[in-house]
Amino acid sequence: MSEVAGSIGPTSSDTPDHALWKLAAIGTLAGVFSGLFGVGGGTIIVPLLIFWFGYGERLATGTSLAAIVIIGLLGALAQGGIYGNVHLATGLLLAIPAVVGVILGTAIQQRIPQRAVSYLFALLLVAIAVELILS
Amino acid sequence: MSELAAILICLFGGLTGGLVGVGGGVLFVPALTVFIGLTQVEAESTSLLMIVVVAIAGAYRQNGYGNVRLREALIVGALSPLGVLVGVALANQISERALQLSFAALALFMAVQLVRRARTA
Repeated sequence: MSEVAGSIGPTSSDTPDHALWKLAAIGTLAGVFSGLFGVGGGTIIVPLLIFWFGYGERLATGTSLAAIVIIGLLGALAQGGIYGNVHLATGLLLAIPAVVGVILGTAIQQRIPQRAVSYLFALLLVAIAVELILS
Repeated sequence: MSELAAILICLFGGLTGGLVGVGGGVLFVPALTVFIGLTQVEAESTSLLMIVVVAIAGAYRQNGYGNVRLREALIVGALSPLGVLVGVALANQISERALQLSFAALALFMAVQLVRRARTA
């Protein structure tokens, strides 16, 4: 893969406007799926950044996590502020092992081939599909 | 014991999130319903809070590794509420089963594309 991280600028067929529309589409789609299925937008954001922008797996997953901060914050504020459904103490306590996990996960990700990340992601998508079909 | 199970599942959820760039809600929600005893809505809402914390830690680390496009992430994140509105409207129009099956089909399609792309890269 010739993509160099840090140089994914617009190509001749990909004007900045065009790129902006595609980013807008990814954000909207992530929101749609987040609203519909309660999954974080990551399942949509990561593959589309790879397919539409040619991001490498690490850049796609890192950028996805940053976008999820905003998506999750808006969702949690709506649910917690408007509906009062967030269990604050439980969520914060269980976030501790989850944060340990994400720090480990990102560290491991730097040490495995990028294509392995794609395979893992494909596995996750298949698991989600099976769960949706069986539910 | 069930608390320990929830802790382990959340650890694994975070690990998955870090590895493949998702929030980990796919695992947090069942951990909260099955092992902590929250309702589905409470679990999804509480999971969102956990996702925020996990994503902040993950994005911070990934930024340190040079793997974050902040501007692009901001655009994607800022436009998602528009999508949430569309999603809620859609959910009221189409049967839940049809939605589940169409998302399952999309997930499988993307899985195949990712594998094909990775094999030729």
